[in-house]
Amino acid sequence: MVQFINTLFNGLSLSSIILLTSLGLAITFGLMRVINMAHGEFVMIGAYTTYVVQNLFAGIFPSNVQWLFYFIALPVSFLITFLLGSVLEKLVISRLYGREIDSLLATWGISLILQQAARSIFGTQGVNVTAPFFLRGGLTIGGCTFSYNRIFILLLVALCILGVYMVMYRSGFGKKMRAVMQNRPMAQCMGINSRKVDNITFAIGSGLAGIAGCSVALLGSIDSTIGQSYIVNSFMAVVLGGVGKLVGTVLGSGIIGFSSIFTENYTSSTIAKAVVLLIVIVFLQKRPQGLFVIKSRSLDE
Amino acid sequence: MRNMKFKKVITLAMAAILALGSTACGNKGASDGDTVKVGLLHSLTGSMAISEEAVRDAEVLAIEEINESGGVLGKQIEYVEEDGASEPSTFATKAEKLIDSEGVATVFGCWTSSSRKAVKSIFEDYNNLLWYPVQYEGMESSENIVYTGAAPNQQIVPAVEYLKDQGYKKVFLLGSDYVFPRTANMIIEAQAKELGLEIVGEEYADMDQTDFAAIIAKIEKADPDIIVNTLNGTGNVSFFKQMSEKNYTSEDYMTMSFSIAEEEVKTIGSDILKGHMVSWNYYQTTDTKVNEKFVKAYKEKYGEDRVTSDPVEAAYDAVYLWKAAVEKAGSFEVDDVKEAIKSGEISFEAPEGTVTINGDNQHVSKTVRIGVVKEDGLIYETYSTEKPVDPDPYLKTYDWAVKANLQPIE
Repeated sequence: MVQFINTLFNGLSLSSIILLTSLGLAITFGLMRVINMAHGEFVMIGAYTTYVVQNLFAGIFPSNVQWLFYFIALPVSFLITFLLGSVLEKLVISRLYGREIDSLLATWGISLILQQAARSIFGTQGVNVTAPFFLRGGLTIGGCTFSYNRIFILLLVALCILGVYMVMYRSGFGKKMRAVMQNRPMAQCMGINSRKVDNITFAIGSGLAGIAGCSVALLGSIDSTIGQSYIVNSFMAVVLGGVGKLVGTVLGSGIIGFSSIFTENYTSSTIAKAVVLLIVIVFLQKRPQGLFVIKSRSLDE
Repeated sequence: MRNMKFKKVITLAMAAILALGSTACGNKGASDGDTVKVGLLHSLTGSMAISEEAVRDAEVLAIEEINESGGVLGKQIEYVEEDGASEPSTFATKAEKLIDSEGVATVFGCWTSSSRKAVKSIFEDYNNLLWYPVQYEGMESSENIVYTGAAPNQQIVPAVEYLKDQGYKKVFLLGSDYVFPRTANMIIEAQAKELGLEIVGEEYADMDQTDFAAIIAKIEKADPDIIVNTLNGTGNVSFFKQMSEKNYTSEDYMTMSFSIAEEEVKTIGSDILKGHMVSWNYYQTTDTKVNEKFVKAYKEKYGEDRVTSDPVEAAYDAVYLWKAAVEKAGSFEVDDVKEAIKSGEISFEAPEGTVTINGDNQHVSKTVRIGVVKEDGLIYETYSTEKPVDPDPYLKTYDWAVKANLQPIE
């Protein structure tokens, strides 16, 4: 029983981490159809931002308020990746709309540049973020230990989803955003500034990657390749869930997270990876559009 | 049109000048004039740069020290550096470049086994000499490579014996998924059978794995009293961080690690690692006169916050051992140096104690030291062999290894 609860919690935790890294993708890839290969590097930037904020804090504030750094790091990571995303969209992505392969190559190039930049600035040695005191260790209930880190990430994900949901479905901007993504010419005819909407949408997606980076910084070391280790699962989650639907991404992450933890429990981590990939391939063979599909009247869908 | 033609002429002319230039200064030979040229071949970019830069720094330090004290055979050492970029195929091209067009006398380089295997045939074909500074899985012995890091019987085998002596019985094997951990665990399994230890689990993590929850769950289920850890790189950080997330310390699950040295302790954090065991031949705290000097020189040159570690020291030794071999041979010619090495008399008073190159297998005799990580981030010796252990890369002198018929994993 203890084993089973542990496994469930691990599955839930892995799903939440995948979901956090794929929320931003669900927006840039899912809504805008931009295959942003540099998404993982935005996660990396978020993680490094957390590290920098931690060090700045250590230099300025006394050690008994050190833990506060994490709550500053979250919005700062979001802001920095938000701005970078906006710049990237303006300079590169906006020139490549509708040319998916070109934008894939361009963003891949950017991801390489960002990785090398990280190596040049922070060195090749991995750096470490110390979790604030209340996130260290874990909560033990009858033989099961739930790490505070992971519980915190679960809450953070819930918060992010709520935020994205509010923006997308409950705000004026969200309405414009969905209108542009579903039928661009029509939205433009209605007087929506689609250039601006594109820019902000992409920036929000990137900002979410920053928050994801802030949270994965708690789990391991930060180096220039950290984004790469998360990006594959994130893309799979978005594709599996059905491009363009938030609930699809949630379910997609869940399927990948749980199936990989359960398979790994009975086999090895390498086999688990293969099994997850197989599940995704078989599923997409049967249902290429993913779990959920947006119903739309535009003819090119 | 005319402009085009003009450009063509210029290009041709430049190509001709370049070609002439390179023949003029290219095959200069290793030891012209007052200098002798050696090559340094490490990853300065890519994922392995983390580890290899420190090793390269140690080699440069040794070269500068030797130059200050008069050089080798009266010649100053001049080093040519190439970047292997963490890619075995790049290592191969750069090795060829160093030997063939730079004409170096010898090369100090590599870290991963895959990079060493990639350049091995090149050093054999061109009959040059590679000095390889890292502990590795053994099962190899090339006349053109000198291995200054530990062979398995100088790190892994004594560590497992030590565990047995300390009363550990149930062993869990955890490693990254590549040749070193798999070979190491193959050796440990054979040895465990001999010593009567029980292997209660064996798990391999992908090189870029970040989530160890499932592996930790398996460890809990297997309930070992010692985890033998051959994880490499960032996997170590994630694993130990996630163990501490579950409130586990070295008192709950003791580990014995083969790839965690001072550098890694710094990244993972000594608060998490304190109390855990490691096995090497050298620590920054190793108590010898030579080491005191070495640590001081290293920190003076590269900064107080830098630490020395086993591979760093082995790389430093490599340069001095080469010097000793050249001086015995009285020549920089590879064949003469190889002949000198075969004598089995090349030794160096190293920071870890006296090291001697074994003439039969080009490995180095080394003292084995088991250490424990302490709060200050350094590793302190708790056990060491009385004298240096002779290298035995194929474990031929161990009956259980011969019986198990261990084969190299390709």
